[in-house]
This record gives sequence, C-alpha cells and structure tokens, in this order.
Amino acid sequence: MAGNTEGMTDIAAVDAAGLVKRFGQLRAVDGIDLRVRQGEIFGVLGPNGAGKTTMLRMLATLLSIDEGRARVFGVDVAREPHRIRQLLGMTGQFASVDEELTASENLWLFGRIQGLKSRDAKASARRLLGQFGLEDAANKQLKQFSGGMRRRLDLAASLITRPPLIFLDEPTTGLDPRTRGQMWDTIRELVSDGCTILLTTQYLDEADQLAGRIAVIDRGRKVAEGTPDDLKTSVGSSTLQLRLAPGADTELARKIVRQVSGTEPVLTPESGGMNVPLESADSAADVLIGFREAGVSIASVSVAKPTLDEVFLAITGHDTGEGTESEDAQ
Amino acid sequence: MSTMIADPAVTVAATRPRASIADTISQTLLMAWRSLKKMRRNPEQFFDVTIQPLLFTAMFAYVFGGAISGHVQAYLPLMIPGIVAQTVLTTSMATGVQLREDMEKGVFDRFKSLPMARIAALAGPMVADFVRYLIAGGLTFVTGVLIGYRPGGGVLGVLGAILLAIITGWSLAWIFTFFGTVASNARMVQGLSMMILFPLTFLSNAFVAVTTMPGWLQAFVKVNPVSFLVSAARDLANNGAVTAEVGWTLVACLVVIVIFAPLSVWGYRRHL
Repeated sequence: MAGNTEGMTDIAAVDAAGLVKRFGQLRAVDGIDLRVRQGEIFGVLGPNGAGKTTMLRMLATLLSIDEGRARVFGVDVAREPHRIRQLLGMTGQFASVDEELTASENLWLFGRIQGLKSRDAKASARRLLGQFGLEDAANKQLKQFSGGMRRRLDLAASLITRPPLIFLDEPTTGLDPRTRGQMWDTIRELVSDGCTILLTTQYLDEADQLAGRIAVIDRGRKVAEGTPDDLKTSVGSSTLQLRLAPGADTELARKIVRQVSGTEPVLTPESGGMNVPLESADSAADVLIGFREAGVSIASVSVAKPTLDEVFLAITGHDTGEGTESEDAQ
Repeated sequence: MSTMIADPAVTVAATRPRASIADTISQTLLMAWRSLKKMRRNPEQFFDVTIQPLLFTAMFAYVFGGAISGHVQAYLPLMIPGIVAQTVLTTSMATGVQLREDMEKGVFDRFKSLPMARIAALAGPMVADFVRYLIAGGLTFVTGVLIGYRPGGGVLGVLGAILLAIITGWSLAWIFTFFGTVASNARMVQGLSMMILFPLTFLSNAFVAVTTMPGWLQAFVKVNPVSFLVSAARDLANNGAVTAEVGWTLVACLVVIVIFAPLSVWGYRRHL
C-alpha cells in the first residue's frame, strides 16, 4: 500500500469514517467521520469532554479504534500503526518531553529514536531550538522551563523528522496572549512549508484565526462542519450585550429589537440584561437609536464576537456544560 | 520556516512497516542512555543499592550468625551469597516501580507516538539497571570481606557469582516490569512485587540450611530459582566451582524471560 503513490495529491491527509471509542459505558467518540485535505489547517472545536483529544489519540495510534476505520495518507491506522507513527507528529495538551533531560538532549533522543544519525539529530536539534527561540535554554533541564517554553519545545519535538502531518491538541490552552500569538505564527509557517495540520481547540477565535475548515464536536459526535464563516453566520457575526437602566420597560425594549434587527433578543440572568444577535456590528447602532427614540434608557452596552457557547447553543440547543465533565484528564 | 516538508507520497513510500532488529537494539540502547542520564542526575536513586548491602550484610551477620552457624565468621560463607541474591532481587523490584512512575509522565506519550519498538521502552531502563546490580552485588561482597569473609573461590569466583546474580536480577526484573505495565499505580506495583519478593527470598536456602525446614517447605525451596542462584553463587564464591546449579539458574532465568517479556510488551501495548 505504501508503495502505491499514484494520485497521492488526491488522497486525504486524514480520512476517518464511523470512529467509535468506548470507555466502559461511555461512548467518548461516537461515530465521527473526518476528512482532512492535504495542506490545510483543519480545526476540531468543542468543549472539554467532547471527545476531541480521544479522537486525536485514536488517529495517532495512542488509543485503539473500537469501531470504524481511519487512514492517514492512505495508510490504515489500525493495521499499520508503525507506519502511521512515521507520518505524523503529535503535540499534546501536556508537554510530552522529558523533564530531567535538557532541551537539546530531548530533541537529540527523539531524533535518534526515529533513525537519525547522531550528527544529524544534533544538527536538527540546533536548528529547531533556533527556530523556536530556545537556543539560550538549550542546555538547561526542563524543570527550569516556563509553560510557554515547554510547549514550544514540545512542538519542536514533533517536527524533528519533518512529518507531513501534525496533530496539535489545544496548542494554546493556558498560554499568555503573546505566546499564543507566537504559536499561531508558527502554525501558519508550518502550513506554508507544506504541512497538513489537524488541531483541536476550545476557542472559536483560534479556530477562526487558523483553520480553513472546522468540525464542531459535542459528546463524541460531529454536530457541524464548515468554514469559520459558515459557523459564525449560524449565530450572527456579533452580539450586542445590553443592560437596561433600572425601571426601564423590558417588553418595550424587546419589541424595538424585534422591529429594528429582526432577531429575538435573549434575556440574560442579570436584571435588565439582554443579548441581541446581530448580522453585523453596524446594526448595533440601529438598535441603540431605536432605544433612544422610544426613551428606553441603558445602564451599559458592549458588542462582542460570538463565543463558543453561543455557537454551541445555536447548533446543539444546549450550552457547552463547561466544568461538568472532564475527558481531557485521560 | 526555512525548510519545505517533503512530498507526502515520498514519505509514505519510505515508511517501514515495523521496527527492524537493528532499530530495536539501537532504540533499547537509547532508552538505556536516557535512564543512565537520569540516574546520574538523581543520585538518590542509588540509595537502595548502596545502603542495603552495607546494612543488611552487617545486620544479618551479627544477628543470625551466632544462632545459625555458632559464630559470625562461620555464617558468612553461607550468608553472603544469600544477601547478594536478596539485594539483587530488591533492586530488580525497583525496576518495575520506577517504570510505572516513568510511564505516568508525559514523555511516555511521546515515546508511544514515535515509530519505536515497543519493547525498547521497557528493556532500555533494564539495561541501565545493570549498573545498579553491579553496585549492589559488588558492595555486598566488599562489606562481607570487611567484616571477615574470606571467599575461597578467589577474585574470579566472586566475580562469577556477581555476574550470575546480575543476570538473574535482570531476568527476574521482567516479572516486576510486567507488574509495572499492568498495575494502575506505582504503589500497587510495590505491593504486588513485595508479595512475590518475600516468599522468593525467604523461602529459599539464602539464609539457613534447607534441612532445617519441614518437608513440604523443602519441596518449594528446592525448585525456587533463588535457591539455584544462591547455591550456584556459594559454589562459585566459596570454592571457585562452576556447578550444575549455574546451569539451572540460567534455565530458570530463561523461563522467566520467555514468559514475562512478551507479557510485559502485551501489558504496555494494552495501555495504547
């Protein structure tokens, strides 16, 4: 199979059908189909416990596939795991590098294990440490590394043999905004070098920034798939968050919103709070003008992009249930 | 980034279906290198292999020597090979506990996701443990000599006994490695291993003559691989004689490896 290289460019980087993973009674991954094209960044979006990490680990041969089948560049994941491991680099949520070795030792070891000669492994380690701005820390034990440095080293470790496919499991969770931006730049550079990237994230804006296509995962199932724009239009491109002044007429305000924007405002738990989904941020002004003309006074107002929660609510009819389950611990 | 990724078609065509023997050996040695690095950076890992030989040799000699052999000097030729066996076994137990602790670390996710022979991750640390067995075995004899043991087998006999003990420790370590791969945490490995370790060392001829035990117990003691090791080590160290017991020890080692090495790999894979 590996020798058959005809029409390779048509072969999907990842092609999975009906993936199922059971943990006892729980179907952590419950029949997911996934097709990632070569050279794209594909985002898997979902809350904690949705099954994102489990799915990625199945595709990376770290978990067995209970049902369904998966291929990476045409190679069967269940049947030829050793081949799969030569085709993809995986960077997990928790840095999988050796705490007690130095950064260079880590990269050298991973390179050597994958068959590089000692000299090449050293050169590769030096190149990657330079690329990721870690050369000053090359000979320090990882115990002394910050979280951001660990993540960067972890990504570097996935790139030693330049695999054509990279899995990134929540690559920026827990990083500060500046480090997060650097990670995004790095990911974009990888793709411009010809890599295919499958990443998971809890952040809609991250998927929006990076991914060409997104699959939304909920409770082990794929509930939506499309471009970031597709997803956002399903909830409006932004939300007007209002808080009416005490004593203001809520019913009147609702009526105005309906007339002006044509959408139904969502009342929030705070007294006088309401969220108005908007087609574009510009129509926020129309709603506010309507309020002033009717004499409805406002305590506070802001315009926000839709959150993952709102996308979820719109697609699944329930919220993300943040904090009620935890799959990512396993 | 400055370098382009090769065409996936080329990469796919270049993949190998499984790790070759040469890959497996070099990956095992790399994992051993990693363990040695870690040992050097955590000298407290040598605590058990240095303190135990010193303490146990002296303690057993002075506490039991008079009761068992009349006086301490007379007990030493019987006891020292027994302590060597016991120390090496305790050391091999630590292999399983450490493997379990190590496997819980994030870096094992990386090892599992690399195209690496599964057995290399298990065998590597065991190869590094040769250093620990050597220290444990050597120190026991040194302590023995310090308190008056004069091995009749000379330097070669003692070296032979140490070598045999190292081989046995390494082989039995596969039992504890297996526990390490299937137990849910390091404490469970420790508990399970103790349950194996105590009967193996004490229900043997390591510290007393077998003839003093009841018949049913003698039956077990005589087939206990530790008894073979202790007898063989005594013959080597005290008389410089290579007896059939050496052969039986090696056979017992082989049996343990043949059973527990595949079981360990199975246990390790099961986590995937």
